[in-house]
Amino acid sequence: MQEFLGLPPEASTYAHEIDGSMAMIHWLMFVLFAGWGAFYVYSLLRFRRSKNPAARYGGLKSKFPYVVVAAVAIFEGVALAAFDLPLWAKLVKDIPSEKDATVVRVVGEQFAWNFHYPGPDGIFGRTDISLVSPENPLGLDRNDPAAKDDITTVNQLVIPVNRPVIVRLTSKDMIHSFGIPYFRVKQDAVPGQSVRLSFTPTMTSDEVQEAVARFYRIDRATDTDKFSVFVAQQEYRDKEGNVLLAKGDGITPDVAGKLADAGIGEVRLGPYSPIEVACSQLCGLGHYRMRATVTVVTATGFQEWIKDQEAALQQ
Amino acid sequence: MTQSTSVEHGSGHESQGFWRTYLFSQDHKTIGIQYAITSLLFLLFGFTLMMIMRWQLAYPGQPIPLIGKFLGEANAPDGIMLPEFYNQLGAMHGTIMIFLGVVPLGVGAFGNFVMPLQIGAPDMAFPKLNMMSYWVYFAGGVTMLGSFLLPGGAANSGWTSYPPLSDIATIGQTAWLIGMFFLITSSLLGSINFIVTIVQLRAPGMTFMRLPFFVWAQLVTSFLLLLAFPPLEAAACLQLMDRLAGTSFFLPSGLVVSGQVVQASGGGSPLLWQHLFWFLAHPEVYVLILPAMGIVAEIIANNTRKPLWSYRSLVYSTLFLGFMSFIVWAHHMYITGMGTTLGTFFQVTTMIISIPSVVILAVLIVSLWGGSIRFTTPMMFACAFLPMFGIGGLTGLPLGLAPTDIPLHDTYYVIGHFHYIVAPGSIFALFAGVYYWFPKATGRRMNDTLGKIHFWGSLICINTIFMPMFIQGLAGVSRRLYDGGAQYAHAQGVLSLNLVMSVAAWSLAIFQIPFIINFFVSIRKGKKVGDNPWDATTLEWATSSPPPHGNFIRPVEVYRGPHEYSVPGAARDFLPQNDPA
Repeated sequence: MQEFLGLPPEASTYAHEIDGSMAMIHWLMFVLFAGWGAFYVYSLLRFRRSKNPAARYGGLKSKFPYVVVAAVAIFEGVALAAFDLPLWAKLVKDIPSEKDATVVRVVGEQFAWNFHYPGPDGIFGRTDISLVSPENPLGLDRNDPAAKDDITTVNQLVIPVNRPVIVRLTSKDMIHSFGIPYFRVKQDAVPGQSVRLSFTPTMTSDEVQEAVARFYRIDRATDTDKFSVFVAQQEYRDKEGNVLLAKGDGITPDVAGKLADAGIGEVRLGPYSPIEVACSQLCGLGHYRMRATVTVVTATGFQEWIKDQEAALQQ
Repeated sequence: MTQSTSVEHGSGHESQGFWRTYLFSQDHKTIGIQYAITSLLFLLFGFTLMMIMRWQLAYPGQPIPLIGKFLGEANAPDGIMLPEFYNQLGAMHGTIMIFLGVVPLGVGAFGNFVMPLQIGAPDMAFPKLNMMSYWVYFAGGVTMLGSFLLPGGAANSGWTSYPPLSDIATIGQTAWLIGMFFLITSSLLGSINFIVTIVQLRAPGMTFMRLPFFVWAQLVTSFLLLLAFPPLEAAACLQLMDRLAGTSFFLPSGLVVSGQVVQASGGGSPLLWQHLFWFLAHPEVYVLILPAMGIVAEIIANNTRKPLWSYRSLVYSTLFLGFMSFIVWAHHMYITGMGTTLGTFFQVTTMIISIPSVVILAVLIVSLWGGSIRFTTPMMFACAFLPMFGIGGLTGLPLGLAPTDIPLHDTYYVIGHFHYIVAPGSIFALFAGVYYWFPKATGRRMNDTLGKIHFWGSLICINTIFMPMFIQGLAGVSRRLYDGGAQYAHAQGVLSLNLVMSVAAWSLAIFQIPFIINFFVSIRKGKKVGDNPWDATTLEWATSSPPPHGNFIRPVEVYRGPHEYSVPGAARDFLPQNDPA
């Protein structure tokens, strides 16, 4: 059912459980629709005027429709009590200790996502709206000792795989929504309130890229703008062995032409940054481009990234 | 509008001259027709806004052909739509379709025209109030339309107008709020009038359990309008004060917009607006659908030539639905940071409200069984309503359960869901109503062939528009994106559907042309019909077509239930409610 629904990759721990619920409820929907649909089509055919010139005053004698209604009610009751309410409670309340998690403050603004890491000391530095400037969108007070090692990024969330992430979410201006489709995460960022949410990524960005890569037909007439978010998943050479398209490179009209010359009609492409934060609450004219990338790396990769960021801070 | 002056005026009413007859009429039938024509025009206008948006979704950033250069430099320089304009179109499409199109057509037009006739009343209880209701609605419509000409254009914060975005939006938002005052006032005037009319002006013998189901639907709808709209009127007042008087009902402290600290007292809550808004807007969903169900029930009974299966279940379910619709509103707000207590309450109430909906749909479908079905144009629209509303209702389930709502919230899945309810649902039912009651209003029938072209074309196109939205939504594509998601990696696999949907939307427009021609030509040239062309039982067919001022030449009395078709032993296959035999 998940495949039939075309659900995206499940890249976090909760994704699988939510998809399970999604599949179950869609089964109910399909069964109900098919059952009632069959009854409906049969009735329309069998009781059309040319076939059945005189109507029957009493209509259907059976009370079966009420049995169906009762069955739906029972199914919904069971789905609620056994699956959805416990899962919702887990999603909302099951937040691990901050010691065992990667903690990130996320602050939405028109039209960017600010990410704020506490740094090695684990303490977020003081922020003050009077310090907000284009260079310091969060208004972080770098004179505060706790702020000295704080890392901030814009539109780039880097997190380690298989370790819980705790997000402290808020907004500077409008209501935004912090949605990560591949994690089945979505939470409104409401100004004036801070919400905590937690998820655990289970796939690295490279794994997701591999999972969603597909073969695409390319020829001279291809509009390569359509592939602007894609990169090649493998290397393509011509007969002489010259590299036409290296792994990790994008497609340009020039490259498409060369591939066509070499008789290569299909290339395997994956999105350059597959996991992304999509603002899903209308927040103004730039809402459609309020996108951040999520890079999920291995634990060691994350340590290296932190080290690089700290080194950059020292300079 | 087309009421012939030669029609004998009942109960001593005198001719009142052009202005009082056609423009400032207090006759419920004229007002109903005024509502019908105005709201149909608004539906067309709201649909046009969407067709322009669909160009941008199919071909992001490319100049709009034909009309692009007339949209203005501020909206579409060189014919290329700006995001600001896209957001205006989105907000106004929703507002116009709901508040100026579907509700006034379902309640103002059909309710006004049909309901007093069906209960055997000479007019509404308060004819002047009725006239005022129409003109206040008209003023609201003019305000909304005029807002496109303001600096910065019309409202652009979505039809939901969430603050803080709406609090600091361009002046179009102020016009939107003022327009909403008019529309809410109009609805309140109308709803009190409907309730009093149904309770007080029923003909002798018309007990509540003999009311046609359409009247029940209008009664429940009126209660919803009466009780749910005032909170939004209050909320609109607060938002207007936030915008004009410097209050901060919906603005928290410490907002920084575009790098500037917002000079506001602060301390307010953006979520307060959402609660007040949805306290109206969820019952509003039932305001959109109940009159449609009423129309469908009448047409199904008439064209299956048998009574509805379990009329009582239908009535009780509708009453229960109306009541429950007041306690489900926050299921629109699961991801605003709702905890488990509130989440549990609203998930449970949402599942409970699905049951009466299932019963209503079941009654309508089972009513087909044992009938002798005439596939007239109104019946075809009414029959199509059933599976279309079914899809709309079923896709509400994963949205009503909080965990599955997470990935689907604010995606195209939601758009598909509520459009199935309102477009091939409500609007199809409203078309059915137009074809069904047109002979009563004009004395002439609409052309059947054009009607069937209209039906099949619309059915195919409308499904091609909305079905792909579920696919996009399940893939995680957000709604309200100016480029339809072109920048997002997760949207790439389903992006090509945007063109399919757009072409289907433009084709849908082409299939409305037969309807428009049919409507206007049939007013003068349609085939003449008698009082009761459909061999129907309810009281509106017991008077002339069109009915005279005062509705009934002789007082009517009611002897039986609303849908006594194919009664065993009767001479004909229908027994009108006023037939003493």
